[in-house]
Amino acid sequence: MVIKLSGGKVYDPANKVSGEVRDIYVEDGKIVAAPADGRVAQTHNLKGRVVMAGAIDPHTHIGGGKITIARMLIPEDHMKDEVKRTDLTRAGTGHAVPSTMVTGYRYAEMGYTACFEPAMLPANARQAHMEMGDTPMVDKGAFVMLGSDDYFLRQLAAKQEFERIKDYVAWTMHSAQAIAVKVVNPGGISAFKFNQRKLDLDEEHVYYHVTPRQIILALARALKELGVVHPLHVHGCNLGIPGNIESTLATIRAAEGLPLHMTHTQFLSYGTEGDRKFSSGAPRLAELINKTPNISIDVGQVLFGQTCTASGDSMRQYSIGKSAHPKRTVIMDIECDAGCGVVPMRYRDKSFVNAMQWVVGLETFLLVEDPWRMFLTTDHPNGAPFYTYPHLIRLLMDKSFRDDMLQRINPDAAAMSILPTITREYTLDEIAIMTRAGPARSLGLQDRGHLGAGASADITVYRDDKNREAMFATPELVFKNGEVIVKNGKVVKVVQGATHVMRPSYDHAIEGPLKTYFDRYLTVRMENFRLADEEIIDADRGSIVVQPNRPRVS
Amino acid sequence: MREATGERATRVFENVACPFCGMLCDDLEIENRGGVLKVLKNGCGWSVACFERNLPPSSPQIRGKDVTLAEATKEAASLIGDADSPLFGGLATGVEGMRAAMALAERAGGVVDHALSEGQYRNVKVLQSAGWTTSTLTETRNRADLLIVVGSDIRKLHPRFFERIVSPPDSMFEVTAPQRTVVFIGEVPERKVAVGSQVGEVVALACAVEQIGEVLGALRARLRGFRINAKTAGGITLAKIDELAELCRQAKYGVVVWAPPTLDVSHAELTVEQATGLVKDLNHTQRFAGLSLGGNEGAVTAAAVSTWQSGFPLRISYASGAPQFDPYRYSIARMLAAGEGDLLVWIASISPDLSPPATDVPTIVLGTPGLKLARKPAVFIPVGTPGVDHSGRLIRCDSVVSLPLKNLHRAELPRVADVLASIEGAL
Repeated sequence: MVIKLSGGKVYDPANKVSGEVRDIYVEDGKIVAAPADGRVAQTHNLKGRVVMAGAIDPHTHIGGGKITIARMLIPEDHMKDEVKRTDLTRAGTGHAVPSTMVTGYRYAEMGYTACFEPAMLPANARQAHMEMGDTPMVDKGAFVMLGSDDYFLRQLAAKQEFERIKDYVAWTMHSAQAIAVKVVNPGGISAFKFNQRKLDLDEEHVYYHVTPRQIILALARALKELGVVHPLHVHGCNLGIPGNIESTLATIRAAEGLPLHMTHTQFLSYGTEGDRKFSSGAPRLAELINKTPNISIDVGQVLFGQTCTASGDSMRQYSIGKSAHPKRTVIMDIECDAGCGVVPMRYRDKSFVNAMQWVVGLETFLLVEDPWRMFLTTDHPNGAPFYTYPHLIRLLMDKSFRDDMLQRINPDAAAMSILPTITREYTLDEIAIMTRAGPARSLGLQDRGHLGAGASADITVYRDDKNREAMFATPELVFKNGEVIVKNGKVVKVVQGATHVMRPSYDHAIEGPLKTYFDRYLTVRMENFRLADEEIIDADRGSIVVQPNRPRVS
Repeated sequence: MREATGERATRVFENVACPFCGMLCDDLEIENRGGVLKVLKNGCGWSVACFERNLPPSSPQIRGKDVTLAEATKEAASLIGDADSPLFGGLATGVEGMRAAMALAERAGGVVDHALSEGQYRNVKVLQSAGWTTSTLTETRNRADLLIVVGSDIRKLHPRFFERIVSPPDSMFEVTAPQRTVVFIGEVPERKVAVGSQVGEVVALACAVEQIGEVLGALRARLRGFRINAKTAGGITLAKIDELAELCRQAKYGVVVWAPPTLDVSHAELTVEQATGLVKDLNHTQRFAGLSLGGNEGAVTAAAVSTWQSGFPLRISYASGAPQFDPYRYSIARMLAAGEGDLLVWIASISPDLSPPATDVPTIVLGTPGLKLARKPAVFIPVGTPGVDHSGRLIRCDSVVSLPLKNLHRAELPRVADVLASIEGAL
């Protein structure tokens, strides 16, 4: 049965289609060429509508232990946003850290059809996938965290043969069912367990005597040589510290041409200028990004209101805990593997620091030139809950709206910002790149994020409203695998998305030393650490899409 | 897995995770000989008793009369459909069973609470008011040079805690048992029985469970440099408390261990808050962490699934259609005692000891065969145990690690998840 989406203005940057009126045909959940016999079973007249692929969030904390700790930590935040059951949808709660089903519904209602959890601890991978299994509507995937796990640090400290490090990275991606790898405060989570409170790029870990620079380079090179499409996803050193722009710039230079994705750079781009020794490092960051083609970023925009930050960075979250609102934080040392820190936060527009964080994010968006290398995120829920994306899009697309908002923030922060001088307004093409085509290309999702023949029919249709916030908040239609799942911003059909993984090859001999390590030191057997496909497929009623990796090279 | 054919087939399962306590030890080896299980390796007294117990024959029943599963399911659906305020309690099941319980409770507008949540709420109240810093089993096993065990004998709940976590033969950072100091505050077990002979030093500060908070409070005060005029606190001399303060200062990685169920005194959350407060104080300059045990009967799993699906860790009501959270009001134990609720749905698929509370309210029981029942429930449906009769998953006491549970093919019994889904389908 062929469905025709007729006469919409199509923004499909991956296929170089920019607002042209096009018909799109869908059959068996895929986008197809116009049928030769011209027969269509159903037509959606989309005259005047804006048509894009379903949006993809490449960095959103939607599943895993720390998110459930965050859910548990501030019940009063849920009580503002209780969601009733309907004949179609399950009950739950929203606001800063919504429950799993509400997460899925609200993402779909905003035109998103895929979400990637960026900080899955190997030790907690099973639970992360269970939670994503309870997140309907959208496709999912996760980046597995390495770089503070003792096995890898031991390999690095012992200067093991590099191929064994690659085998371990690939083995971990398989066993945790991951699509990419993230490093968080490289080595720092482990160092915090040894009571180090800071670990700069070239500072040695007290026990392993390796540095964050060495950790980043080893993992980045391993992923490149394994053929993993998404580069190492880097949450750098010194998150949240004034002056951390220096270590962020140094990290980019340290890559020496290797691809890196620098994540939520807003939290890592602070200078020390001004009376309060806190300023925007965004102009310096953007200048370097613009001339460093091997680097991509996402922003992690801060927007004002109550949220709850949740990070693998136990070292920095411990310190940031003094700014918690309400005053309660959870810090965990986890399994000789990783850590986490959960800190509730209320960003206030009248606070100098919070307003400056807002400025840093927007300056980054507006000064980095290439939208293919920059993705739209709030690092949900760390900068703001994901439902603020339409507001953020309006800030980027509407200079006068942005100027109005600038009037409301702390005047000292506004006075230090170059935002009034920036006239750039994002185009729909650029938004489509940042929220669809770019993330899909970066993650290696071959059949998502575009509208060419062969792509999954994940499609979002918007009314072309001058108020871009209203437009992006309430899509008229959302298709998932060719089925209408949202009409006028409300779920009309509940579906279960797939889990995307990538499986670079590895030498199975790595399981010899790994098994010895597990048996000697850990409290879980290696055989039980691995997450079987059946758990996602049968127990979570999901499905797995293995996205192709590039060939392994040495 | 080794396998032989024939009617009395013998199969041996390796790397078996044990569902019978919150530690979920997963190094067991278990033989199934014609449906009779035998723990070959790494069992403890409790796991052996649970895996190897004789499973009595059991049939679905309505008011004590044997019926088919379909009839029992239909009757359960009818009772739930007619109830104004059904209470979904017990909740001793795995992740899949808990998911089904949440779906059914939501559909029926019921209340959701676990049988052992009174103990867990000693933790939740602290978490939701003050936060904390904690560790996990592997981290503690490899790193802790000082363990402060708070409460009464945790071996009764977790027989292998000292063997696996405190006295492992090997550790990653050269902190093995002889380098370790174990401090008991509260009921002090006999040393050799408790911790084995390997542990370097054992310090006993015996006091009543009710006094632990006072001892910890004095310890925190001394660590902060405050003068205390009394000569003792909680029955412990100040000199001993000062010695412990010095041990804390010397520790590289101290872990304060408690099992919430063993702190069975009123307002024990204040004891937990002193324990986690001690950790908080020490972390300003050195590294300390808490480690909460417990989590038997799937309690941690139930709280986790409830939290990710509803936003709240149990004690919720779906009467309005949305989850409403009230840790006092929606305690099922309190509700039954106060005559609230008109139907109890009790799920006890793990150990046979998790009997439903005595109540005149009509009760539907999904229980493991042999579950101790004081009176005949309106409906009884025998169900399988996850990790024994069917596969499943549970979340460990540290709320981080979850383990896959194997089907050991003990008996053909339906899964809680499937029974609840059938009931929901018949509503």
